[in-house]
Amino acid sequence: MSRSPFAPNAEADESAMLDAVGVSDVEELFDIPEKDRFDGEFDIEARSEPEVKALVSDMLAENDDLTEFMGRGYYDHYVPSVVDRLSMRSEFLTSYTQYQPEVTQGFLQALFEYQSILVELTGLPVANASMYDTASGLAEAALLASRIRQADGTVVLIPDYVRGDRVSVLENYIAGHDIQIERFATDDGTAGLDALEAAIDDETLMVYVESPTTRGTIEEHLEAIGDFAHDHDAMFTVGSDPVAMAILEAPGDLGADVVVGEAVLGMPNAYGMGLGIFATRDDYLRHVPGRLIGIGDDQDGNRAFTLTLQTREQHIRRERATSNICTNQAWVALRMAMHASQLGPDGLTDLATEMVELPRQLAGELDELPGIEAPVHDRHHFREFVARTDEPAESIVDELESAGFAVQAVDEHELQFTVTETNQHAIPDLVAAVEEVVA
Amino acid sequence: MRHYDQATFSEDDSPVYERLLSEKFGTEVAVEDTPLPDELTRDTLELPAPAEPELSRHYVRLSQQNYAVETGPYPLGSCTMKYNPPFTEDVAADPSGMVHPDRSAESVQGNLELLYQLQEYLAEIGGMADVTLQPPAGAAGEFTGNRIAAAYHEAHDEGHRSEVVVPDTAHGTNPASAAMAGYDVVEIPSGEDGRVDLEALEAAVGEDTALFMLTNPNTLGLFERDIEEIAEVVHEAGGLVYYDGANLNALLGRARPGDMGYDIMHYNVHKTFATPHGGGGPGAGPVGVVDELTDFLPNPQVDKQGEDFELVEPEQTIGKVHDFKGNWLVLIKAMAYIARLGDSGLCDTSASAVLNANYLAEQIDLEIPFDPFHHEFVASAGDLDASNMAKRMLDFGVHPPTTKWPEIVSQALMTEPTEAESKQSLDQLADAFNGAFNAGDEELSSAPHRTTARRIDQADAARNPRLSWHALDDE
Ligand SMILES: Cc1ncc(COP(=O)(O)O)c(C=O)c1O
Repeated sequence: MSRSPFAPNAEADESAMLDAVGVSDVEELFDIPEKDRFDGEFDIEARSEPEVKALVSDMLAENDDLTEFMGRGYYDHYVPSVVDRLSMRSEFLTSYTQYQPEVTQGFLQALFEYQSILVELTGLPVANASMYDTASGLAEAALLASRIRQADGTVVLIPDYVRGDRVSVLENYIAGHDIQIERFATDDGTAGLDALEAAIDDETLMVYVESPTTRGTIEEHLEAIGDFAHDHDAMFTVGSDPVAMAILEAPGDLGADVVVGEAVLGMPNAYGMGLGIFATRDDYLRHVPGRLIGIGDDQDGNRAFTLTLQTREQHIRRERATSNICTNQAWVALRMAMHASQLGPDGLTDLATEMVELPRQLAGELDELPGIEAPVHDRHHFREFVARTDEPAESIVDELESAGFAVQAVDEHELQFTVTETNQHAIPDLVAAVEEVVA
Repeated sequence: MRHYDQATFSEDDSPVYERLLSEKFGTEVAVEDTPLPDELTRDTLELPAPAEPELSRHYVRLSQQNYAVETGPYPLGSCTMKYNPPFTEDVAADPSGMVHPDRSAESVQGNLELLYQLQEYLAEIGGMADVTLQPPAGAAGEFTGNRIAAAYHEAHDEGHRSEVVVPDTAHGTNPASAAMAGYDVVEIPSGEDGRVDLEALEAAVGEDTALFMLTNPNTLGLFERDIEEIAEVVHEAGGLVYYDGANLNALLGRARPGDMGYDIMHYNVHKTFATPHGGGGPGAGPVGVVDELTDFLPNPQVDKQGEDFELVEPEQTIGKVHDFKGNWLVLIKAMAYIARLGDSGLCDTSASAVLNANYLAEQIDLEIPFDPFHHEFVASAGDLDASNMAKRMLDFGVHPPTTKWPEIVSQALMTEPTEAESKQSLDQLADAFNGAFNAGDEELSSAPHRTTARRIDQADAARNPRLSWHALDDE
């Protein structure tokens, strides 16, 4: 049998160890009945390190090299090299959850700082140390709402613009609970206040809206929506992201009880891998899902960081835990805090400002072209916008793909374009390509 | 006795801890002149604003105050803290794979091929018919498995099944995931031998049983020798059997859940397949199912048609369990690790992991009530408090085992050295065990002494929660 390159015992050590254990062959240590033994082969050939690298890079080279103008909940921002360098330090990368805080102060402090950055951005006093993604955060918010107000409503109201995939995840999480989802209509790309007013009643458990929305619009009436929710004792949950919240009024200051979303910072485009943020009010502290980092004095009277309020969690509370989450996205949270700190408040607000200006610019240029109208919504936008096309959107997407661009079709005659600092340089080429295709 | 020191720092003469980013660099700026109307924007934003060299020092220092697999042995039972080979990071950093999750299947054939290959590897390793890679962690995999079971029962007009059965040794996520999926949890006591008690199981299952969840080797490290009978009892009652893949490291290449009667399983790729734990995550929790259940897998699955890879929607899919495609970078690393080891390396992994656990067990003075164990064992601290013992072990420069779980061993120290430790480092670990075990009460209750922080007042931290630097403003 050839050895694993990552199992360091030399043969001499191994025989000494076998002797110590009192067996002559390691196989004797396996207490597996004959009938349960696997005597086949996986047919996976062992490879050298360079061979594996070549294998994967040959595979990935099969991807088309397209310039993406895609978003709808997942965004590409430039992540500075310092974030890679620091987060890749093996002291961070190869540690785990801080069950022994005395030897993991470094990561605990970093997560505490992550929580603090989120508190500042969301305007809410409690932020956890990560969820998997926006969808699971949203689902946890709905479950939290139902735990807190068990006796009352059961309906989660969600505007039409929310990504179908996100709603599908939510459906899975609520399926075993007495919670239903009801969609309500949008009004020119943002939550329709009339539709919401018609839909909301004492059966309502939670109202969810996003700002920026999946369609790139900025909600202008968060406070009024929050008031509707609170008038019916419903919880108000807002989806947003740290870049947008750098300039938008903090959702917590507008009545949000929970803020969820993608961290966006710290993680470049990674085929959907990210980090779900989750922040809430003090009142719900003991119902929060996931890890929380707090502060306690150590024996010498020094300030020290520690996991806290663990009695909420699965390893203690089991089926009565606030959530099943264990392994989370901590390392992405570390990267997020690094990225936000590298930008600082000036850098982050500048970036956010650009995210308002760039879609305006691109929409303006596309709107000049025949066969396309942009933006569809007469709203403020962040990073992205929807455009209406004369030709079917799907066929435009296909043709743009042949021309080297990836954009999203969101309806029969609707395309969505997302622009950030990472693809801004390609705006002229994109506009030229669109002109060719829609003409 | 051997010692090696934790890195410690003193800044000025006061606390050993570095000051917070906010204390060093907190900067408030006015938010004005944005292109948005004032009523939509905030007035100010306060964040740290270190210059990049300061930022680097801040985090390098924090990293030096952090224990990790690459700083010393990390025998945290059930967590499989093995070595994370760096080449997998390089492989995952390939810019060609860094694409948006909504890209058309035709334009990301490379990503799909990699995912398909990993689906195939995992299916083969677990003896399953097909695998979804979407769940972002083990617990998310358990939840997905519960949803698949629910969908299966509903499709067979058995939607009334309302219970999930777990042994009392199950990991906390098992009952928590079942509860999240809406099931009532029924816990059965383990038999005297630490394994599933068939009679207790028979008494617990019935027409309400949807699923029985069981890892194997179980959390005591014991192989459930009756697994086929167990599966039969549950199947007879109309339920399905779920394999918690946390302990798959012990079985690699020697036995497969799919051959033992399990219907659904998750893989903890951050355990078995060496993707780094990242201070708590990310991991990935792919879920495998037998033939009968493939139609219920989450949407989409990667499939191969001729030479092309496509995204397909399983016929009776439960829908999505992650916003996008799961933890892509983690999946690349797992795929690369499996491709590196191949059959022989995987088989050697389980052999070395089991030998290491048995050797370490032989070197320590503590009682281990249940055997024969495999890749991990649960020792008892006896009259000592297991947490105190763990704190004393920190002074020896090692990470202690998982403490006080599973509860059927009193003062449990659940120990999993993994295949990645050498004999020498196991000897060092044994010294730490024995040193702490043979220490006096005073020495234990005042430990640790040699760490960055001394023992922390947990009760105070919970009673007086300070969860951000805003909460420290008044101090
Ligand atoms: C036995 C067992 N089951 C399930 C899990 C949950 O896995 P994860 O942390 O990846 O969600 C763990 C690990 O933490 C475990 O040890």
